Amino acid sequence: MARIIVVTSGKGGVGKTTSSAAIGLGLALKGHKVVLIDFDIGLRNLDLIMGCERRVVYDFVNVINGEATLNQALIKDKRVSSLSILPASQTRDKDALNKENVGKVLEELGKSYDFIVCDSPAGIEAGAMMALYYADEAIVTTNPEVSSVRDSDRILGMLASRSRRAELGLEPIKEHLLLTRYSPKRVEEGEMLSVEDVEDILSIPLLGVIPESQAVLKASNAGEPVILDTESDAGKAYQDVIDRLLGETVDFRFLVAEKKGIFSRMFGG
Amino acid sequence: MALLDYFLRKKEKQVTTASKAKERLQIIVAHERNSRNKQPDYLPQLTEDILKVLRKYIKVSDESFSINLDKKDGDLNVLELNIELHDEQTAD
Ligand SMILES: Nc1ncnc2c1ncn2[C@@H]1O[C@H](COP(=O)(O)OP(=O)(O)OP(=O)(O)O)[C@@H](O)[C@H]1O
Ligand SMILES: [Mg+2]
Repeated sequence: MARIIVVTSGKGGVGKTTSSAAIGLGLALKGHKVVLIDFDIGLRNLDLIMGCERRVVYDFVNVINGEATLNQALIKDKRVSSLSILPASQTRDKDALNKENVGKVLEELGKSYDFIVCDSPAGIEAGAMMALYYADEAIVTTNPEVSSVRDSDRILGMLASRSRRAELGLEPIKEHLLLTRYSPKRVEEGEMLSVEDVEDILSIPLLGVIPESQAVLKASNAGEPVILDTESDAGKAYQDVIDRLLGETVDFRFLVAEKKGIFSRMFGG
Repeated sequence: MALLDYFLRKKEKQVTTASKAKERLQIIVAHERNSRNKQPDYLPQLTEDILKVLRKYIKVSDESFSINLDKKDGDLNVLELNIELHDEQTAD
């Protein structure tokens, strides 16, 4: 049985696509068969972050409409052979997806993959609902900032009431908190909500803390998910997320600001 | 005196913007969770009335009866009644 994981947030621009790409690739690097699905119909971006935008021929909506087979639409990652990407369409036909046809695609994918990672669009409208409906687990991507935390809470409400698991009265979706764009320095200065603050408010288990990092922009510029930048703080933090998803207990890193030495402080380094 | 300033400022900063943010979030999130889970005011009375009518005809224990108002897609609400019937409970 494939694990269906939705990367969701409510609020836009918090790092869902960045995280989906890193997590999908990271799981595949561990030898698992992974398919990454872009649910952001009309605003496809996962292909760019994955660096396969020029290889998109068919997309999710083509498959739904029977204009292409799954195999024709899936793009095999050039770096890791056990990873495939199902791109979103660029047409704005948002009504193309429904529970029934998405369910069929997921069922088909579930036969050959271990993980199905769904990159959700922002918002709490139909698109986001479609992305979370079939999920077994949800990675609630949150920035340490008021509107993002509030929207994450609303998404938690949706997971608990509008998902397939909720409707059928099955075991609830397993929720994970992924705090991204975290600045320990600003937290120490009292300008940013801390990990504990966000955990207190949302009360769901913490999966990872990704620091605000310059490596993320570099990674998206290159179309190389940041987890491949194994020297970077964000890359390491995503690697820890993978290990935790696979059941390991890993200490949290990058939670405290790097202390500046006395010299750099004196000379304004 | 810069050094003194530095320490004084640290003290003053007790109420940080982050702690303000946390406080505001705790209030609004609690409020929104409440209204999410809130059932309409008439539900308890409706439950009682339905039970009263049912009990004119059949025996219904509190455990074998449940009532639920579910919000579905859009503006569709579903009122769901669940009544377990056992043969011997049918009153004559
Ligand atoms: N840890 C990070 N450090 C610095 N920048 C980041 C980090 N994570 C994400 N970003 C940047 O934030 C922006 C939004 O990221 P991303 O596209 O992943 O968000 P999203 O949630 O998928 O957005 P949307 O809701 O539009 O789909 C991008 O410019 C990305 O480079
Ligand atoms: Mg996105």
